[in-house]
Amino acid sequence: MTDPELAELAKSTLIKVAPDLEGEVFAADTPFREQFEVDSMDLLNFVIALHKATGLDIPERDYAKLETLSGCVAYLKAKGFGK
Amino acid sequence: MIEFRMPSLGADMEAGTLVEWLKKPGDPVKRGDIIAVVETQKGAIEIEVFDDGVLDEILTAPGEKVPVGQVIATIRGKDEALGAARGATIAPAEPAQAAPAATMPKAATPPPSPEVLALHARVTPAARRRAGELGVDLAKVKAGPDGVVGLEQVEAAQPSRPERRQPGISFDEMRKAIAAAMAKSHREIPHYYVSSTIDVSPMMAWLEEENARRPVPARLLYAVALIRALALALAKAPELNGHYVDGRFLPAEHVNMGIAVAMRGGGLIAPAIREVETLGMDALMEKLRDLVARVRGGRLRSSELSEGTVTFSNLGEETADEVLPLIYPPQVAIIGCGKIAERPWVSDGKVVVRRVMTVSVAGDHRVSDGRRAAQFLARFGQLLGSPEKL
Repeated sequence: MTDPELAELAKSTLIKVAPDLEGEVFAADTPFREQFEVDSMDLLNFVIALHKATGLDIPERDYAKLETLSGCVAYLKAKGFGK
Repeated sequence: MIEFRMPSLGADMEAGTLVEWLKKPGDPVKRGDIIAVVETQKGAIEIEVFDDGVLDEILTAPGEKVPVGQVIATIRGKDEALGAARGATIAPAEPAQAAPAATMPKAATPPPSPEVLALHARVTPAARRRAGELGVDLAKVKAGPDGVVGLEQVEAAQPSRPERRQPGISFDEMRKAIAAAMAKSHREIPHYYVSSTIDVSPMMAWLEEENARRPVPARLLYAVALIRALALALAKAPELNGHYVDGRFLPAEHVNMGIAVAMRGGGLIAPAIREVETLGMDALMEKLRDLVARVRGGRLRSSELSEGTVTFSNLGEETADEVLPLIYPPQVAIIGCGKIAERPWVSDGKVVVRRVMTVSVAGDHRVSDGRRAAQFLARFGQLLGSPEKL
């Protein structure tokens, strides 16, 4: 998968768990928490949904790497997803 | 005959608009059944019934706004005789028997109008904001195929000529509701505050270990451990758990904990999880997940807004060190937790780095005093020190 495709996957996954973010503009490097006031429950649900979408095991210590769109892309690539 | 009234869903509610009846005259109902949906300043709320029987007569039609306390339906108790000629499977439009000489329309349950469907539909906050900007009346917007009114539906419903801009309706209404409740709290409740900074390193270490063992979907948030410990500590602090009504404190039998959930875009709601002292960590996590999802995108139930006996406000990560909240009347206490942060901490005579959190209790001086709240905080801290026992 290309970087934009991975970004789209992360974005659509977040919208799936927080449907009220539909229509929002996503900045690549700004933390979701800062952009959209997402909280710990949203982020945990996002990690669960991303785990289900990709099959990747995501340890809790990695959650901080998934707090931005660009971070998600880098993480998914580093894990070899979409190759 | 039991009179079913427009319930009060908090100190801030004066009226509600009937959106939809989910039962029709002749339908059996039992305690806990959801029989109607009411639009309030806090969104669409599912209204539960508190008696067993048969829905006898509907007195309020969808679309009507009625004050709190007004009779909106009657329920025939289980032992009451059937009204004459009333079949068990009455067509929705049949007028009710033995109706009082009221001027209220006989509502029956016609199919909901498109307007009602729109009011009933989920509306995303982005769509709500856009509707406010464009002057679109959300009640007239048809939901998309998934039952959700999103930006696409709002923009399609944009009037061809721009109309006067209006602020987003629901957020304004919610702000009014918060203002009313908090003004009442500030005016009537003599608050006191007690705070402690607690070393939560043991709890966080335990949780990290626990979550590392669990599959991703079964992991816990630290808020769940806090709720569990609060529930256990509150069970031993009855003066902090209950309602103050008509000059009297009514201690609660169970801990129904209101959880303050922030809305994106502003505002908050604090629906309650009932009998939290009876729930383990996993059950609490599921309840919390469900509650947050329904606050943000779905529906709350009337009992969740009216049965809270104490409130918990957790600022969460990357926020502030301390919160001094106002009590939500008629409750008598609220507990606020600041963010968890690494701080220098003295342990066994040495300065070490620990993860700490400042916890505050706002109490109602008509019912308790700071000493009791301090004892409660000490107990809470002890419980968090042995998280494996929670």
